[in-house]
Amino acid sequence: MTAVASKRTGNPDPVDFLDIDALLSGEERMVRDLVRDYVRDRILPNVAEWFESGRIPRDLGRELGKLGLLGMHLEGYGCPGASAVAYGLACMELEAGDSGVRSFASVQGSLAMFAIHRWGSEVQKSEWLPRMAKGEALGCFGLTEPDFGSNPAGMRTFARRDGSDWVLNGTKMWITNGGIADVAIVWAQSDDGIRGFCVPSGTKGFAANEIHRKLSLRASVTSELVLSDCRLPEAAAFPEVRGLRGPLACLNEARYGIIWGSMGAARACYETALGYAKTREQFGRHIGAFQITQEKLVNMLLELNKGTLLALHIGRMKDQHRAHPHHVSFGKLNNVREALRIAREARTILGANGVTLEYPVIRHMNNLESVLTYEGTSEVHTLILGEAITGEAAFA
Amino acid sequence: MTVKLVPDVNAEKRIDPATRRLVRTGVDTVLNPYDEYAIEAALQLKEKLGEGTTVTVFSMAPESGKETVRKALAMGADDAVMLTDAGLEGSDVWDTAFALAQGLKKHGFDLVICGSLSDDGSTGGVPGAIAEYLGVPGFTNARHLDVADGRLRVQRETDNGYQTVSGPLPALVSVTMAVGEPRYASLKGIMGAKKKTIAVQTPADAGIAQPLGASGAKTELLEFAPPPARSKARVVTAEDGPSGAAAIFEFLKEKKLA
Ligand SMILES: Cc1cc2nc3c(=O)[nH]c(=O)nc-3n(C[C@H](O)[C@H](O)[C@H](O)COP(=O)(O)OP(=O)(O)OC[C@H]3O[C@@H](n4cnc5c(N)ncnc54)[C@H](O)[C@@H]3O)c2cc1C
Repeated sequence: MTAVASKRTGNPDPVDFLDIDALLSGEERMVRDLVRDYVRDRILPNVAEWFESGRIPRDLGRELGKLGLLGMHLEGYGCPGASAVAYGLACMELEAGDSGVRSFASVQGSLAMFAIHRWGSEVQKSEWLPRMAKGEALGCFGLTEPDFGSNPAGMRTFARRDGSDWVLNGTKMWITNGGIADVAIVWAQSDDGIRGFCVPSGTKGFAANEIHRKLSLRASVTSELVLSDCRLPEAAAFPEVRGLRGPLACLNEARYGIIWGSMGAARACYETALGYAKTREQFGRHIGAFQITQEKLVNMLLELNKGTLLALHIGRMKDQHRAHPHHVSFGKLNNVREALRIAREARTILGANGVTLEYPVIRHMNNLESVLTYEGTSEVHTLILGEAITGEAAFA
Repeated sequence: MTVKLVPDVNAEKRIDPATRRLVRTGVDTVLNPYDEYAIEAALQLKEKLGEGTTVTVFSMAPESGKETVRKALAMGADDAVMLTDAGLEGSDVWDTAFALAQGLKKHGFDLVICGSLSDDGSTGGVPGAIAEYLGVPGFTNARHLDVADGRLRVQRETDNGYQTVSGPLPALVSVTMAVGEPRYASLKGIMGAKKKTIAVQTPADAGIAQPLGASGAKTELLEFAPPPARSKARVVTAEDGPSGAAAIFEFLKEKKLA
């Protein structure tokens, strides 16, 4: 958020009302400006088209890679090692463009690359990470299955030992970037608990089928992954990690990005609604002069600024290694919920214009329905927090 | 290459009636957008000439502008020099050019690359004046530049084409937007920029003896006024039929375009 025009009059900025900008370092602001400029130049002019035709250009990977945004918070192997706050700011600006674009970067950096970085062997890391950081190779992350979403522990995909090889069978569902990935991180049951595998997309027995007819996150590829007697060498398995701890560590990273990203989408909706309310006239006055419109805008302003402060707070905690996964649940639950409310409220202010792709609002609103569901549904995060404060698990 | 720090180009500009100077307080500063093309041209040249070429950002600006200068470093420049002193505030074209020329001489250079205009002052006079004070050939409005065998070759934009001119180094060029879109910084560039040096030069360091800034200015701003409001555009639609076509033709004739 930039506080520019109104610094002069002394009034707080109508968007960055709390001057959260002043809490950022010069370097953090530069990262934010870089991604914001990129989104303004390259994403916003095209994204309505991508959304309408239900695609995302594969080349986006190379562009984001060139800017250094893929796996930006990882260290080594060609990754820049940025702070959690810088990563969050990038997510915020990308999602102010479109949740699909942010998802693209999240899946690549926080799910696929993070999984390899955190759990991979030295060989896996040097094989994949430098190319993935450049966007030359894309990754996806296969945890969810048709019958196991919120309850991944029940997954049926199974990795069977055959000599020193592994043979994988099963189906993964709703996998972002599945159809365009060069490597799929696949989680599977084994006699030894849940294990993770790097599956190159060309492997025999591996297929990705695109899921069509989505009305949300349309500027994003979502696929089904089918593994039928997919044979992998021992070297394809993550050597150490066993159990749900493996995928959950990755989800925690991606969820963290959503705390910021959702506020980016919310900001785009609020800015659009505010601009519209100040120019659209009905009954001889701007609709922004009506009390009901003002109340809507003010409620949006409050939640946008509170949510952004929350994101920054959790980001600072993360940089100090004090952020617990429950903090991340807190942020994801609150910020996605509020972003969706802001989007819906903004939609009403735009009237009929609010239902077209001429304005970004309904696109964000529809996208946020996916964001509410993936990376742990809002219900699941509610129950995680419920257990955290009562000590009673209501969901298992 | 030289860069100027200017108020955010989207911010509303205001002139202080007392000093007749642009109010710069309370407005974010950005790199003069025209100078981003100079940075781009410098980086392209460095990529071509390879190792051993140093791109230094040279800026006359208050020390508070460091963060903005760092953006040029994030784009890929090697280091920066800021000529800084309260006494330089309010410098006009001549004083600015003189001070920059002194600073550049002190620092040493083979080629000075400038933007062709500043977004705030918009005189376009500084590059030529720097070349004059430096006593080096000045090539203004370049759309393309190249260095080979110690000589500079430049395509200068004209109203209806371009001229190719060449001259010896050291020299000065001012570039137009045709040199290529300024590149984005990268995350690595941003993170690396904090390790690059921004040296501070005072007028004394640059060997400037006489008073500059508002007190030394050769020009005085007598009057200022906001631009007149634009008159309403004439709208011709398909419904106007043949009379609309005639109206468009008359308009073009009036503008000597038909
Ligand atoms: C666009 C998109 C992209 C995605 N990308 C990926 C990806 O890249 N990789 C990946 O692995 N997955 C991905 N997912 C899947 C996503 O993570 C799951 O959809 C999510 O975990 C929910 O699972 P489900 O859809 O099976 O819903 P279910 O788990 O069947 O839930 C249905 C409803 O029941 C509720 N519910 C379930 N259990 C409980 C309980 N115990 N108590 C209360 N309520 C409960 C849920 O909150 C929800 O409201 C993506 C999903 C979408 C929509």
